[in-house]
Amino acid sequence: MTAPTQTRETTKRAGRLNWVDSFLFTVKAVSVFVILWGLVGYIALAAQGEPGTLDGAQLRGLIINGLSLGAMYGLIALGYSMVYGVLGFINFAHGEVFMSGAFVGYFIADGLSRAGVTDTDATSFWDDNFLLSILIVFIAGIITSTLIAVIVERVAYRPLRGAPRLIPLITSIGVSFFLQNAVLLLFGTQPKTYPDVPDWLKDKVNLGIIEVEGTRLLVIVIAAISMVALFQFVNRTKTGRAMRAVAEDKEIAALMGINVDRTIVTTFAVGGSMAGVAAILFSMVFRTVNHVSGFLPGIKAFTAAVVGGIGNMVGATIGGVALGLFESAGPQTVLFGLRWEIPLGLGVILLIGGLLAVGYGLTRRHSRFLLPGTIAVLGGVASLLSWSHTIPALFQIKDVVAFYALFLVLIFRPSGLLGERLAAEDRA
Amino acid sequence: MTTKFRYLVGLLAALALVAAACGDSADDTTTAAPGTTAAPATTAAPTTEAPTTAAPTTAAPQPPEAGPLGQVVLEAGEDIQIRSLEAITGPVTFLGVPNQRGTEFAIEDYGDIKGHSVSMGTPLDDLCSADGGQAAAQTIVSDDAVVGVIGTSCSGAAVAAAPLISAAGMVMISPSNTSPALTSDLQGNAGTDYNDGYFRTAHNDLFQGAGVARFVFDELQLTKVAAIHDGDPYTQGLAKAFSDAFTALGGEVVAFTAVNKGDTDMTGVLSEVAGFSPEAIYFPIFQPEGDFIVQQIGGISGLEDVTLIGADGLLVSDFLELPETTGMYFSGPDLRFGENASTTGVTADDFLARYEEAFGEAPSASFWAHSYDATIMLLTSIDAVAVEFDGKLYIDRQALRDELKSVTDFPGIIGLLTCDDFGDCGAQRISVVLHEGDAEAAVSNVKYGATRADLIDLITGG
Repeated sequence: MTAPTQTRETTKRAGRLNWVDSFLFTVKAVSVFVILWGLVGYIALAAQGEPGTLDGAQLRGLIINGLSLGAMYGLIALGYSMVYGVLGFINFAHGEVFMSGAFVGYFIADGLSRAGVTDTDATSFWDDNFLLSILIVFIAGIITSTLIAVIVERVAYRPLRGAPRLIPLITSIGVSFFLQNAVLLLFGTQPKTYPDVPDWLKDKVNLGIIEVEGTRLLVIVIAAISMVALFQFVNRTKTGRAMRAVAEDKEIAALMGINVDRTIVTTFAVGGSMAGVAAILFSMVFRTVNHVSGFLPGIKAFTAAVVGGIGNMVGATIGGVALGLFESAGPQTVLFGLRWEIPLGLGVILLIGGLLAVGYGLTRRHSRFLLPGTIAVLGGVASLLSWSHTIPALFQIKDVVAFYALFLVLIFRPSGLLGERLAAEDRA
Repeated sequence: MTTKFRYLVGLLAALALVAAACGDSADDTTTAAPGTTAAPATTAAPTTEAPTTAAPTTAAPQPPEAGPLGQVVLEAGEDIQIRSLEAITGPVTFLGVPNQRGTEFAIEDYGDIKGHSVSMGTPLDDLCSADGGQAAAQTIVSDDAVVGVIGTSCSGAAVAAAPLISAAGMVMISPSNTSPALTSDLQGNAGTDYNDGYFRTAHNDLFQGAGVARFVFDELQLTKVAAIHDGDPYTQGLAKAFSDAFTALGGEVVAFTAVNKGDTDMTGVLSEVAGFSPEAIYFPIFQPEGDFIVQQIGGISGLEDVTLIGADGLLVSDFLELPETTGMYFSGPDLRFGENASTTGVTADDFLARYEEAFGEAPSASFWAHSYDATIMLLTSIDAVAVEFDGKLYIDRQALRDELKSVTDFPGIIGLLTCDDFGDCGAQRISVVLHEGDAEAAVSNVKYGATRADLIDLITGG
C-alpha cells in the first residue's frame, strides 16, 4: 500500500524537479551562448577591421577606466561586505554614506578654491597647494562618511539588534531615502561641481606599455593603498581580530570578552571611511555630485559584493574590479560583437557537433556534455537563421552588462566567485 | 510596548485629522460636465407653460446645451478654474518655475472673465517624467470644474498627462513641450502621442532640428556630426529631427547614440563616438549628464577640436560657468522679442522688469514668454466661448477646443500665434547662440536665427 504511492510520489517529485532543472538549464545555456557569441564575434569583427571596433590604445584606455571605476566600487563594496559579515543584513544606506562624504568634500574644496584669491594673487589656495588641499578634502570626506555611518548605526540599526534580519534591511532603505532627501532639502537640486584639478595631474603618464591619465592612476593607487591598509588592519590588529570574531559568531565572541557593540561600531566606521575615500576619488574623476550620486554606485557596489561573495572582503574587492571592467569594456566589446553573423560553415560544424554531444550526454548520462552541446547547437541555429543584433546605442545599456554579471554569477555560482562568509546563524 | 504603540498611533491619527481640516479648500466648485441634466431641470419649469400658443411672446430662452464633451457651469461669484502643471521640483526647476510664474502674471493681467475671476488653484508638479505627469493629470481630471491646464514643462510628462486631460474634455496648452510626437510631423500626419485637446506655444522640435542642421551645414560648414541624446522623448526627438534634417542637407551623421540619465562615466560613449571622427557633436541633453560630457571629452583622443552644440536644456548658469563650456553653441527658441506685445499690452521688457522686481532674479529659462502667451490665449478663448445665462456662466468644452484650433495671428510676446490642426500654435522661431565666456551674455549672443519660412521646406522635403 505504501510502496506504490511512494514510487508515484517520487516519480512525480522527480518529474517536477526535471521541469525546473531544464528551465534553469536553458537559461544557463542561453546566457553563456550570448556572452561567447559576443566575445568571439568581437574578435572576428576586430580581425576584419570593422569600423567601430577599438584599437589597442582605446581598449587599454577602457580597461584602465574599468580598473579605476572598479577600484571605487570595490572600496564601497567592502563596506557592504563587512556589515553583512558582522550583522547579517545589507546596509542599503551605504550609498548615501558615500554621497555625503562627496558633498562635504565639495564644500571644503569649493571654499579652498575661493580662499587665498587677492588682488595681487589670482590663484587660489586650491591652485597653489593642490596636494595639501586634496589631503584636507580627503580627511573631511573620510570623517564625514565615518560619522554618518556611525550615527546611522546608532540611530537606525542598534535598536533593531534582536529583530529578524529583514527589518534592518528595510530600515536601511528608509535611511537611504531619508539621507537623499535631507541632502536635497538642505542643498537643493543643482549638481555641485568640484573645482578643476591642476593640469599636471590630468596629463597622461607613460607606464611603458600603456599611457594612463594622471587622475585615473591616482585613483587606482590610492584605492590599492586603502585596501591594503584595511586588510592589514583586519588581519593584524586586535580590533581587526575582534571584528573577525564577531563576524564568525557573535555570542561566542561576547563570551570571549569582546565588546560586541563597540566592535560593530568600529565595523561601520571602517566601512564608512572606505566609502569616504571612494567618495573623494569619485569626485576627483567625475567632479559633479548631487543628492542621487550615491544611489547607482551603491547598488553596483552591492552587486560587486555579491559577485565576489558576500561577507568576503577579498571577494568584495575582486567583485568590484570585475564589475568595473565589465561595465567599461563590456558594451563596446561583447555587445558590439553581437552583430557578427556566425559563418554558415562554422555553424554547421557547431550544430552537428552539438547534437552529437547532447545525444551522447543524454544517452550515456554524462551531464558534462549537455551544456557545451546545447551551446553549440544554439550557435548552429544562430548561424542558420543568420542572427545578428546591431544595438544602436551601446553605452545606453552598459548597466545591463554590469548587472548581467550578477545574474550569471547567481546562476552558476550563487555563493559568489570567492565564496560567501556567513555568520554562525546562517550556516547550517 | 503596546500602550506606547497605541499612543503613537492615536497621536498620528489626530495629527492627520488636523492636517486634513486645515488643508487647502480650493475645490468647492459646482458640478460641471454632467450638469447637462441639472441645468435644464431647474429652468425648464417656467417654459412648460404656453408651448403652443401663438402669442407674440417668444419662448423663454433655454440655457446653453452642452456639447459632446460636456460643459462647465459656474454659479455667480465662483472662480474659473485653470491649472498650472510644471516641473517645480527636481533638476528641471529652472524650466518649470518661470513657466508657472508666467502663468501667474498672465492671470493677474487678464483680469476677470465676464465677472468671474480666474483661479490657478494649487500649482502641480510634473517631475519632468511620465510618472509625475500621470499622477498630476489624475489629480486634475478628478476635479470636474477645471477648464484648462497650462503645462507641462517636459515632453516626457506630457506624453502621460495629455491623454488623460484630453479624455476628460479639458484642454492643455504647453509652453515648453517641443517633441514632434505630441503634435504632428508637419506634413499632415498626427504624431504618435497626439491628443485632440493638446496645444502648445513652444516650437515643434522639427524646426529646432532643422535650424541647427542649417546652422552647422551652412554657417559652420561642417559635414560630419555625431548626435547624443539621453533616451527621453524630448532629447531623442530633437536629436532625430537634427539627424534627419542634416542628412537631407547632404551632411553625414556619423554616430547617433545615447547615454542614460544618471550616468556619470561618459568615457565609453565618447570613445565610441571618437572612433567615427566627427567634426561636431550635438547633445541636446540636460545637466548633470551634459556636465560629465564636457568635462570628460578632453581626455578622449580624437575629440580635441570637435565643436560642441547643446540645446536650451543646458543653457543654464551653472553649466555655463564651467570653463569647458566656453566656445559651445546652444540652440533654442529665438528670444529676440523686440517690441512684440501681448493683447494685454505687456512686452518682453515689461515682463522681465516685473519678474526681476517680484523675484529678485531674471528668469532661469527661456519659455516664460511662451507661458504668458499660452495663458492669455487660453483666457481669451474662454472669454470668447463663455455664455452667461440666468446668472450662471456656461463654458462648453468642445466650443473651447474649436476656438483654440481657430486661433489665427493672435498677438503674443513671442510673435503672432496661429494654431494648426494638430495643436502647434507657436511662432516657430529658432536661434543658435554662442557662449564666449560670459555666462550672462550667452543667451543673447545670437549667431543664427531662422523662422518657419526658412525651415519648412527642409522639413517637408519640398
